[in-house]
Amino acid sequence: MKYLEIEHLKKTFDNLQVLKDISLSVEEGEVVSIIGPSGSGKSTLLRCATMLERMDGGSLSYLGERAAWEENGTCVYAPKSELKRIRKSYGLVFQSFHLFPHFSVLKNVMDAPVNVDHVPKAEARLRAEKLLGQLGLADKKDAYPHQLSGGQQQRVSIARALALQPRILFFDEPTSALDPELTGEVLKVIRELAREHMTMIIVTHEMQFARELSDRIIFMEDGVIRQQGTPQELFGNPDERVREFIGKFQA
Amino acid sequence: MDFGMMVAQLGEGMVVTAEIFFLTLLFSLPLGLVICFGRMSGHFLLRTLSKIYISVMRGTPLMLQLIVVYFSPYYVFGIKISAAYRFTAVILAFALNYAAYFAEIYRGGIESMPVGQYEAAQVLGYNRTQTFFRIILPQVVKRILPSVTNETITLVKDTSLAFVLAVVEMFTAAKQIAAKETTILPLMAAGVFYYLFNLAVAAFMEYLEKKMSYYR
Ligand SMILES: Nc1ncnc2c1ncn2[C@@H]1O[C@H](COP(=O)(O)OP(=O)(O)OP(=O)(O)O)[C@@H](O)[C@H]1O
Ligand SMILES: [Mg+2]
Repeated sequence: MKYLEIEHLKKTFDNLQVLKDISLSVEEGEVVSIIGPSGSGKSTLLRCATMLERMDGGSLSYLGERAAWEENGTCVYAPKSELKRIRKSYGLVFQSFHLFPHFSVLKNVMDAPVNVDHVPKAEARLRAEKLLGQLGLADKKDAYPHQLSGGQQQRVSIARALALQPRILFFDEPTSALDPELTGEVLKVIRELAREHMTMIIVTHEMQFARELSDRIIFMEDGVIRQQGTPQELFGNPDERVREFIGKFQA
Repeated sequence: MDFGMMVAQLGEGMVVTAEIFFLTLLFSLPLGLVICFGRMSGHFLLRTLSKIYISVMRGTPLMLQLIVVYFSPYYVFGIKISAAYRFTAVILAFALNYAAYFAEIYRGGIESMPVGQYEAAQVLGYNRTQTFFRIILPQVVKRILPSVTNETITLVKDTSLAFVLAVVEMFTAAKQIAAKETTILPLMAAGVFYYLFNLAVAAFMEYLEKKMSYYR
């Protein structure tokens, strides 16, 4: 089943067309990595997909339900109540975590399930504690975000997203704000999720990681998908621009 | 007049001062939030009106505002002003004035919040009200506490302006005794009272700040 389907997505920021006709569909269980130079529109694509940014054209559906589509040349969004339901199908992990600093780790993870999904408190707490345990944070549940390392904060933010039991998880450069030694612990968590067949779309500069983990890699440049394929296809037979880009990471 | 009687009379004024202080905070703190919402609203008319309101309240003397609030029922609506209205007018004018200052303090705090907090909340499915009251406001309160303390300390001293409407708060009481007994002692005593009051206010605000220092 198609978990995410984006067709002909266009996005312009004051006269700068950042996304030019992007189409992308993601199947259940697929892990898709998005790579590409800075400014190519990777974050904007994720922000449009997660409805943090309004699309200017094209359509967006989750699990076959339409969230946005084009009508008479403009993009229209589904009614609020439908969007609210559609939003439940995905989660987003930010580069700089954006944890709620005034909530403890446990509250960060259980607050949305309780207040948004109306999960009974006891159940939400169990779910949160289980997730924190799986992510190696069992002893941190009473800590506050500022008391944690960047890697721990990012793992909490992954737990926070997972607590709402999304079908798709987006990551926007989840390790770019971290020191190399902390990057590993976050990548390990994402690897673990891939093993459990979590559907994921990951913007990353970690080439080796993308290569070993992804079912498909998308190379973006100047607001278009320049090349895409399995890691073997992309790394084995890169077009000229992709080769140049990958080359920079091996130097 | 002996010292004990002087203290008793000042004490009565002190009660009025405290009433003005607490009632002003009670009304102006929430009213400030409402005005702040207006000021930050996407609605042009609402935003402009709030802006003008804040500008006028901050740009004219509180003393004049007290007089306007007191006399306008008569001059504008022709309603006879009762003596009991004096105290009400004082509270009304103070609350309207301080709300303007608080509105700007709130706005500063809200605008200083990183946009990531809103975006994280939105993706997690919080609605706008939940986002504001669960995520944003608690953090704003922590950020603006020092400015609120400043305003609150000013308010303690501003209460003496109630004399314009012949409401006998502490400073007026002190002046009356001082004039009658031809001594400045009551005024000095009033000064000590204000100082102690503000010491208590500052201590309480410090306690609040400490209570909120568990996170950064
Ligand atoms: N809110 C905005 N307003 C105006 N321009 C924007 C906005 N957001 C992004 N842009 C522009 O859109 C382009 C694409 O930005 P985007 O953040 O999507 O790139 P990216 O591929 O994620 O880059 P990076 O690898 O550096 O994160 C850039 O030129 C950027 O300046
Ligand atoms: Mg980016």
